[in-house]
Amino acid sequence: MTGYALFLGCTIPARQPNYELSGRKALARLGIELVDLANMTCCAPPPVQSIDFETSLSIAAYNICLAEEADLNMITLCTGCFESLAMTNAMLKENEKLREDVNRILSKAGKEFQGSKEVKHYLQVLKDDVGVERIKQSVSKPLSNLKVASFSGCHLLRPSELLKFDDPERPRIFDDLIEALGAKSIEYRNKLKCCGGLLRGYADDLALKIAREKLVNTTKAGADCISTLCPFCFLTLDMGQLMIKSKFQEEYNMPVLHYAELLSLALGIDPKELALEFHKIRVDRVLYKIG
Amino acid sequence: MEYKRMEKRTSLAFSNMVKSRLGGKTITSCYQCGTCASSCPVAKITDKFNPREIIKLSLLGEREEVLSGDSIWLCCSCYNCQERCPQKVEIADVIYALRNMAFEKGHIPNLYSEFASAIINDGRIAKISKFMEQKRPAIGLPPLQPTGVDALRKILSATGFDKLQKEKEEAS
Repeated sequence: MTGYALFLGCTIPARQPNYELSGRKALARLGIELVDLANMTCCAPPPVQSIDFETSLSIAAYNICLAEEADLNMITLCTGCFESLAMTNAMLKENEKLREDVNRILSKAGKEFQGSKEVKHYLQVLKDDVGVERIKQSVSKPLSNLKVASFSGCHLLRPSELLKFDDPERPRIFDDLIEALGAKSIEYRNKLKCCGGLLRGYADDLALKIAREKLVNTTKAGADCISTLCPFCFLTLDMGQLMIKSKFQEEYNMPVLHYAELLSLALGIDPKELALEFHKIRVDRVLYKIG
Repeated sequence: MEYKRMEKRTSLAFSNMVKSRLGGKTITSCYQCGTCASSCPVAKITDKFNPREIIKLSLLGEREEVLSGDSIWLCCSCYNCQERCPQKVEIADVIYALRNMAFEKGHIPNLYSEFASAIINDGRIAKISKFMEQKRPAIGLPPLQPTGVDALRKILSATGFDKLQKEKEEAS
């Protein structure tokens, strides 16, 4: 059993218990132990970076310190949290001056960033610790014939110089992990383009236009569902379809499933245990297709 | 002549200020090729946002236009521009630096101000409702661990974040 400190973040417990459930269940089945640590906070994502970069680095570093103290590497389900934490971890490990500045701030909260641990997105843990082959062998209910439009979201891949996750222009890891479940990962236009999620609430018109393009392109490509890794992408594309319906009078009915949900289904976990009722767009057609 | 020299000094002063900020150090490497704008999902659908234009105005010292305008807040932080920039200008990070400067001047959209208050009050930008918290055991999730609000507030006071936000709240 490999253990990780789970960084849960805000959006998942606030809005997507379906993501947390599937993440916890699937990882447990594959032998990854998640440890819930006390006193974590917000990861300090782009909205906080936008207000004060130094504060955001300090908040992220504070949370990494908690994992360091517990002598555990950190795992995230949320791609936004992954970006904030992994970026901070890399920046502070590389830049001594910045680390000193941040540690001066952290000392007020009784912490010191050591740079002794790693921050990983759960997809990375699946690839590195479990491996594609073992996932294939663990599948008891292959998602045969399911055409999945993978959408990794921006902050898993970029800035690649700091995140070092996959090739930012031609990523393969996510698609390989989808195909390990027996599904087909399909190509579609502008696959790597942003969902517009971070403009929600500030420039909704623009955000919806960008999200709509993703729905148009995945529909045209014949996808049965979109698969996401980030709660913001999920929100933008799932609930976003209701907003797109009222603004553009267009109905896509495109199910959006987190990869952890597809993985759970393929591992044979009962869909009734996955709180799928938290999806705004029903996923019945996916469940029907996989039988 | 004198006016032109002054103008040059002003523009340099502003780009040097951006350069000295976290995230801003690469701004002066920009040679205005436009790779950023052609990689940008927002610039594609609106003329209100263009990353190349923001960098240009900043290099020309148009401080007021850049910091008090709407444009810097329309970046969707996808990092496509930064990834593709042939000059390695960290464009998305430069925009963060500009937003940080705008915040210090009191120019910050209400939405962001709400985020700041939420961080100070709850230690989280998305509040977890009582409903969600109570729902957890019923669907098989473990109870939530406490949030480190006290430690966070010490950090926010050490960086001056809470003070700036308070000034903003009082001003509005």
